[in-house]
Amino acid sequence: MNNFFDLKLVELGRWIEAFFADFPSLKLVVHLLLCTLPLALSFMGAFAFTTWLERKGLARIQNRPGPNRVGIFGLLQPIADGIKMLIKEDIVPERSDKLFHFLAPIMLMIPALIGVGFLPLGDGLHALPLDSAIIFFFAISSLNTIAVFMAGWSSRNKYSLLGGMRAVAQMISYEIPLVLSAVAVIMIAGSLNAQEVVASQQISSWVGSGNILQEFFGRILGWNVFKPWGFAGFIFFFVAALAEANRSPFDLPEADSEIIAGHLTEYSGFKYAIFFMGEYISAFAIAGIGVTLFLGGWNGPVFSGLPWFVLKLFSLFAVMIWIRGTLPRLRVDQLMGYAWKFLFPLAILNIFLAGFYHFIERQWGTAIAMLAGWILGFGALQLAATALSRLNQSPIMRSKRVYQLVE
Amino acid sequence: MSLLAKGILKGMAVTAKNFFQSYYRKERLPTVQYPEEKSTITPFTRNFPFLLYDGDDAVDGMRCTACTLCERACPPQCIYIIKDKDEKGKPILRPRIFDIDTSVCMSCQLCVEVCPYEAIRMDSAFELSNENRFEGLLINRGDLLKSNDYYHALNPVEARETDDRIAAKNALAEAKKKARQKKTRLAAAKAKRPPSRLKKSPPAREKPPQPEKSE
Amino acid sequence: MSPVQTMPPRGYHLSKDELGADILEVAMGPHHPSTHGVFRMDLKLDGETVVDLKPVFGYLHRNHEKIAEDISYPMSMPFTDRLDYLCGMTNNWAYALSAEKLIEIEVPERAEYLRVIVGELTRLVNHCLLIGFFINDLGALGTPLLYALREREKILDLFEVLSGARMMVNYIRFGGVRCDLPEGWLGECQRIVDAFPAFLDEYETLLTENEIIIARAQNVGVVTREEAIDFSLTGPMLRASGVNYDIRKVDRYGIYDRFDFKIPIGGHGDCYDRFMVRMLEMRESVKILKQAIRDLPDGNIMGKAPKIFRPAPGEAYGRIEAPKGELGFYLISDGTPIPYRFKVRPPSFVNLTALRHMCLGHKVADAVIILGSIDIVLGEVDR
Repeated sequence: MNNFFDLKLVELGRWIEAFFADFPSLKLVVHLLLCTLPLALSFMGAFAFTTWLERKGLARIQNRPGPNRVGIFGLLQPIADGIKMLIKEDIVPERSDKLFHFLAPIMLMIPALIGVGFLPLGDGLHALPLDSAIIFFFAISSLNTIAVFMAGWSSRNKYSLLGGMRAVAQMISYEIPLVLSAVAVIMIAGSLNAQEVVASQQISSWVGSGNILQEFFGRILGWNVFKPWGFAGFIFFFVAALAEANRSPFDLPEADSEIIAGHLTEYSGFKYAIFFMGEYISAFAIAGIGVTLFLGGWNGPVFSGLPWFVLKLFSLFAVMIWIRGTLPRLRVDQLMGYAWKFLFPLAILNIFLAGFYHFIERQWGTAIAMLAGWILGFGALQLAATALSRLNQSPIMRSKRVYQLVE
Repeated sequence: MSLLAKGILKGMAVTAKNFFQSYYRKERLPTVQYPEEKSTITPFTRNFPFLLYDGDDAVDGMRCTACTLCERACPPQCIYIIKDKDEKGKPILRPRIFDIDTSVCMSCQLCVEVCPYEAIRMDSAFELSNENRFEGLLINRGDLLKSNDYYHALNPVEARETDDRIAAKNALAEAKKKARQKKTRLAAAKAKRPPSRLKKSPPAREKPPQPEKSE
Repeated sequence: MSPVQTMPPRGYHLSKDELGADILEVAMGPHHPSTHGVFRMDLKLDGETVVDLKPVFGYLHRNHEKIAEDISYPMSMPFTDRLDYLCGMTNNWAYALSAEKLIEIEVPERAEYLRVIVGELTRLVNHCLLIGFFINDLGALGTPLLYALREREKILDLFEVLSGARMMVNYIRFGGVRCDLPEGWLGECQRIVDAFPAFLDEYETLLTENEIIIARAQNVGVVTREEAIDFSLTGPMLRASGVNYDIRKVDRYGIYDRFDFKIPIGGHGDCYDRFMVRMLEMRESVKILKQAIRDLPDGNIMGKAPKIFRPAPGEAYGRIEAPKGELGFYLISDGTPIPYRFKVRPPSFVNLTALRHMCLGHKVADAVIILGSIDIVLGEVDR
């Protein structure tokens, strides 16, 4: 079996539950705890590790060594940061709306953790295995807009307010391309169940065949990202996910060069830490759903399951860090324009492309569908993208500038 | 902008290159981990001034004659000099108080340039943090005085040039003195008593420093 | 009337009741991550659009001009380092130039060459740092800035070996320079100058074609040719608006007539042009540096300067093309060793006057990058 790791974990859970077999009500509690607690704790641990990874990665991109004082390679830096955050003074602005100022970080944390629950981490490792998990996920993850705006509004700071306004506009706008690019996947998979979406990304005729090569590639080549509509969809999804998670280059709500820290300006100490953690965990959740929808979930050669999911999640995060280390941010009107005038039409076009691909696949088989999809479908997308960007650009930006050197 | 933005991908390639090269190329990771390793200081680095003395005794060998040229040339006026007097109240050509307020000093080196006795030089020491921001940053004569050996260790080239200059000057003064002594002897031969007060040569108090010895 | 007062807000017409109702007043600065020091912009925002802007400065006022009128001429030299603290060398040079005009000292050739070398190195320092900060204002997480700092360190190390200090160099004197090159300095300088174009190539690949930078910086903060002249902008700001005016070419002060270099001119006068003009200027500076290092003659480094600087009554205005624009020192002498009047014409202060005009009608984020593209240093603006 190549999903050995997941099965062992599930077995472990059953084993623990077996102790409480005689007490049905207690067993339910234990079951719930087993579903949620390891998940919450491991994602908090992942958050700590990611802050280290981000600081280290950014530092190396910027030609500096990064944190290297606490522990080997500075690995204990997140702990030091945590302690620092804990013992810092918690400053609440005098004229702020204290209740909402207090509630905002919690409001951000809860949907983030619920969202994580919808992720199929492995074969059978699924905290909330709903039949409509994906739609639920999008519903829950859009809740953090409210938290950010609560923070922005209640702080009674102009920068916070601007940040909150930006966050609302941005997150609501990018929800649409995000969901639309996921629609294509759901269409093809024929299910809103996350596990079934993952299962649809295996080449089912290859996986159980016993041929080693087919076993190996059957778990890779089926990923949606290798299909033309899936590739385009993944790009749209990723871009929209960056915006949803307030990551660079769409980190406008906390644009430090413009509005200091946006909605976070008036937060300090542990509230800030919670806010920070909530944002990272919702970024994890969105990256995780991206992995599920496009990168084959926990599918992978040699051993499927949790390790592959974690690997994919962190590599997606590494790309986010890489982007953060490279790109400047967009302006607020460009950000909205990019969502509504560029991603939105293209995501809709991508749904048609997915349908077109599916139709050809049913009629003439996968090979022709791939060929047609990559050449015709992707060509059409490319054409549309070029046309849209030309339409959106002002004429002055279209031509490459030439600079004259005079005496 | 088409589906894949070319310029952005190019930029990403540059940052990726920097990321990987920072692991194996020195010029891509120029950080100096300060308290453990210190950035090399050039001999010319200037920070705050110090006073030079020759020989072993700091006070006797002081080159400074309290002429207050540096005090007057100092743009932020951070030097404070009071001339010394002996027990009888007769002025001695050396400072009794020579204070430099390093919280005011802007390390401009003008005091070094105006000093005719090569008595003041710029130090390269930089770890000068102090708990007391008033007295701690006001450096007085005792702490300012550093030996010529210190200067030689700090900046060997310039120190040697300075020593040569002083030696040449002393030789000149010596020659002048001899000439004058010869004159006075001749005059003494004519008149019976030489006028003793005229004997002083311009850098009067100065002991002839021996460059070979201080090296 | 100056154009600042008569110019209506671009693309926006403010009515009276609008002002009371939905306008958000934000005091951006003096404690703000991207105001380049202690500078304040009092913004009036309609949503995110800037409808009014009032620059407030003076937080870093140090009374430079008045202090200089109390002390002798040479004593002001170290204070000029602190004007534009990124470009100490060019500040020294401008002051020395005006003092030399006042008393007519002949500067030896070697000193002139050394001045050109350190001046152009300063231009490299300033421009690459400015571009780093500009991209930082655009929202990048410091990566271009740190690359710029990495290269700047090398040049600052050169300055340290030469003059003893990295930024407050205090190197140029009336009639020459303070000290001659230490051993091996020229070779090191040659090595850094030769390696600089490679860095510029990397920098350009990272930045100039980036779609986000193009979208953000192009067509933002436009100053037309006529407006640029009306605002009396100088330096890269003026040249980005398409005016061919570089004091190195116009005045040919020092020995700039001996070098072969060109002036990059922008066509649109927006933030992107200002950024690109500086990028191209660095390449020209490298060209000048190569020629200067090649031709550096032997000889004296100090001209016949009088021991006590006591100019005859009169006045002099010396100006140079500092990295930020025209830096001028205006001195009036009444025959004493202390100047009667000491006036600085700081380029970034004059360039800052166009800020309001450039920002109106744009978004808050644009106001930040427009300020960044002006290239101000508050030490010079406030003096």
